[in-house]
Formats: sequence, C-alpha cells, structure tokens
Amino acid sequence: MKKLTPFIEWGTLLFCTGTVCFYLFVILFDLISKGAPSISWEFISTQPRAGMTMGGILPAITGTVLLTIITAIVSVPFGISCAIYLNEYAVDSWLTRIIRACIRNLSGVPSIIYGLFGLALFVQGLHMGTSLVSAGFTLGLLSLPYIITTTEEALRRIPASTREAALAVGATQFESIRDVVIPAALPGILTGVVLTLSRAAGETAPIMFTGVAFYINSPAGNINQEFMSLPYHLYMLATQHQSIDVVRPLAYGTALVLIMVVFILNLTAFYIRYKHSKNDR
Amino acid sequence: MNIAARENIDKAVKLLIRSTGMIVIIILAGIFFMLLYNAIAFFLKVSPIDFITGTQWNPSGRQASYGIVPLLVSTTLVTLGAMVIAIPLGIGTAAFISEYAGKRLKNILKPAIEMLAAVPSVAIGFLGIVIVGPFLARLIGQPNGLNALNGAILLSVMALPTIITVTEDALRGVPHSYKEASYGIGANKWQTLTKVTIPAAAPGILAAIMLGIGRTIGETMTVLMATGNAQAFPHGFFRSVRTITATIAIETGEVPYQTTHYFALFAIATVLFIMTLVVNLIGEYFVNRFRKYHSA
Repeated sequence: MKKLTPFIEWGTLLFCTGTVCFYLFVILFDLISKGAPSISWEFISTQPRAGMTMGGILPAITGTVLLTIITAIVSVPFGISCAIYLNEYAVDSWLTRIIRACIRNLSGVPSIIYGLFGLALFVQGLHMGTSLVSAGFTLGLLSLPYIITTTEEALRRIPASTREAALAVGATQFESIRDVVIPAALPGILTGVVLTLSRAAGETAPIMFTGVAFYINSPAGNINQEFMSLPYHLYMLATQHQSIDVVRPLAYGTALVLIMVVFILNLTAFYIRYKHSKNDR
Repeated sequence: MNIAARENIDKAVKLLIRSTGMIVIIILAGIFFMLLYNAIAFFLKVSPIDFITGTQWNPSGRQASYGIVPLLVSTTLVTLGAMVIAIPLGIGTAAFISEYAGKRLKNILKPAIEMLAAVPSVAIGFLGIVIVGPFLARLIGQPNGLNALNGAILLSVMALPTIITVTEDALRGVPHSYKEASYGIGANKWQTLTKVTIPAAAPGILAAIMLGIGRTIGETMTVLMATGNAQAFPHGFFRSVRTITATIAIETGEVPYQTTHYFALFAIATVLFIMTLVVNLIGEYFVNRFRKYHSA
C-alpha cells in the first residue's frame, strides 16, 4: 500500500492535466471531424443562399476581417502610446497608480457591458448607428487594456542601458524611443497585438447590438452599414435558425473556419515569440 | 535638423503621449457613468427595493416586473457549478505542470492551455449544444440538456486556463528554500506540495480563483447558448436558467430606446459591473499580498 500511494498521488494530478487536455482534444476533434466535410472553396467564397441553408459564408469572413482591422486601427496606436507613457515617461505617482488600476479594471469588465457602452455611446450617442465602425470602435475599447499590458511588458524587458546609450550619443528621449526602444521591443509588442486581435475576432457579445446582422446581401462591407461576422453567424445558425438541423453542417463549417482564423493568429504570435526568444540567446 | 527643432518635437510628442495615458481613465469613467446614468433613470421609475427583492423578471408581461433575484440566483448557480469543477482541476493541473512535468512536457502543455484559452466563447457554447447537451439529456432523461449544469461545465472550461496560468505562476513564485527545507526534514514530493508549496502559494491561488470567477460571471455567449434561458425562477442544476449576461444579450436587441425596460437592462448591467469589480478587487488584493509576502 505504501508503495502505491505515490502513484495514486501522481495519478490524481495526471488525471487533472489529462482532463484539461481531453477538453482541448474534444473541442478540436469534434469541430475538425464534423466541420471539415462542409468546407470547400464554394463555402468560403460565395454568398449564403436559400435562407442560409445553402451556399457559403463569404460575407461573414470579410466582415470579421474588416472588423478586426478597425479594431486594430482604434486600439493599437492608443494602446502602444499609453504603454509608452506608463513605461518611458511617467514616474510612479498617484496618477499612474490610478491609470494602472483603471487598466486592470477595464480588462475585467464583462464584454457584454462593452456592448452596452458601444450601444449607448457610438450607436445612439454619436449617431453612428448599428454599423461596422460602431462595432469596431466597441471592440477597440475592449482590446485597449490588453494591448497596453502586453506592450508595457515588452517595453519593460528592454534594459535601461539601451535607453541610456541612445541618450548618451545625443538622441532626444523621443528619438531614443522611436529609433531604439520600439524596434527592440517590436517582437514582444507584435505578439501582444496579434493575440489581442485573435481574441477580438472571436468576440460576439460586444457586437450583438452595435452592428452585426444575420444577413446582408453584399460581400464587401461599407463601414457605415451593418455587417456579418463569423462568431455571430455561428451563434445564429446554432440557435436562431428556423431549421436548425438542416443548417447544422454549415454551423460546424463556420465554427471550424472561426477557430482556424483564431488559431492561425495565435500560431503567428507563438512564432514571433519563439523566433524572438531564439534571437535573444 | 537643428537641436532646437528636435527638442521641440520631443516636447510635443511627450505632451501627446501623456494625453493618451488619460484615455483609460476616461473610458472607465465613461462606462461607469453611462451605467449609473441609465440605472438612475430606471430607479426613478421602479423602486430599488422592488428591484433587489423582486423574485420575478418579466418586463414584457402585462404587469411588468423587474426583480433581479432570479437572474442573480442563475448567475450564482452556474458560477458556483463552474468553480466546483474548475478549481480542483485547475490547481491539480497547475501543480502537475509546475512540480511534476519535465521540461519537454511543459513545452507541450503550456501552449495547449493557451490554445484552450483562445477558443472563442461562441464555439464553446456551440459544443455545449451539440455535445454536452445531448450527453446530459441522455443522462437525466430530458428532451434537451440545456440547463444550468451544461452552462457550468462549459464555464469551467472557460475559467480553467485563467486558473491554471495564475496558479502556476503562484506555485513557481514559492522560494526553492521552502521546498528544500521540507525535503530536508524527510517529507516526500506530495507532502511538500500539499503541506508547504500550496499553503505558501495560497494568496496567489486565491487570486487565480477570483480571476476565474470574474471571467465566469461576465461570460455571455456560452451561457446564452447552453442554459436554455427560461424565464422562470431557477430550480437547481437540471433546470434551465437565465443569467444576467444572457438577459442583457437577449433583451437589449428587442427593446425600444429609453423605455423602462431599456433602463432596466442597464440597471442589471450595473449590478454585473459591480460584482465583477468586487471580485477583481479581491483578486488584486491577494496578488499584492502574495507579492509582499514573498519579497519580504
């Protein structure tokens, strides 16, 4: 019995880890095995037809891509700038402590509340209507705290001596940041940006009332109009369609395309990080 | 470019960048006041006591009632269920990764957990409908398995990556000398883990749990898709429930602008906001305590 106890103990932890891996395996296996048969060139390159029961998901793909681009345009410049302020310019004061507390709290705000905020501010307050740009701005706000946190972490990894060397040869602080610090931190910043955007691309709740639509009949989105997106399309096909069983293969196909988009973005981030850590050595 | 011009550019940029630092304060304040403004508009029409103690949420009925209790109970129920599953699994996995796994296994497990974290919530909700739902239906003999238990299972999957990563950080933060002291007096690996490492990392683990709860309370799409969204008062894990987040998601799209019902949704969003804020602040408190404890 005494000999067996270590195995039971070790086995308990292994069981926990195994269960978590099993979850990931089930998710991937189910989506790939049932989604792959639906995926064809036609599926990703044509409009939906016959009340969504046939055809492809092209407008949902273009919608998600455009939405992610707007999200990046809103969140990346402000996020990086705010991180530069916190790490390069600001000293530890009550103001920076408040800013940091705000960032932490913003990243804990539920995404559905960002949706309500986008509805009240962009859609109704600023009269932007339910549109691609309203939804993009909403997701931009949601992404901002993550971009700031990851960028600041990347900046913090650059040693002070690098900055001092730039200042010592006569660069102003801005020139040192622009020409020395940012290029050195770029791989870390990019990793954070790509991971954040992959999360934004999969978000559904914040865009539900700010601009996403179940069906539009043109593939190229006008930024002042409603749009289709992959996560929302999946939600509608899975729960709201009048003949759910008929569209189930399409729902699986959409889920697989969505998860592939997200995973490709993630793998890109992993690759940047991996390559960077190799260069460091 | 001469030195004066360069210095002017430097000053201008400094001013510009400093002003962007204020953006996050403006956004958080904006969210807070937007919620508060609309919640106050609601409380001018419905008394706060009816709201807090009301056991019926039925805004579209002939006699509209705005009681938050069923929504709160639903949210608590699925969160509680998710935590019962996710906390032991998460701590066990974190302990395995930080104490038992070799370097190569670690290099596989860590990206796997990042992958799990990256799965969009709508995809997990979809799997709740097509896998967990039918499984539960067969298990308990219901037509579909869309109930609180289904939501709890899915939410545990969503909370696991957060709990695992933060717990693992906490376990790794425990100084080596602690473990060595434990081994030195003859404790084995398991005794060291359960009696020394985990207690020493306890504040960090509590922070992990709090962050996990925060994520779970605010999660929308999985519960919206998998819990059935019945409006009745929740009766246990095998019945359909409707959480705060699901209620906002379902009803916001349908209500006319600036009606009592519209304001009511902002009022329940305010409650949700405060709940996540409190949970996150508690988590932050434990993170700080953990840092202080180990830097001392």
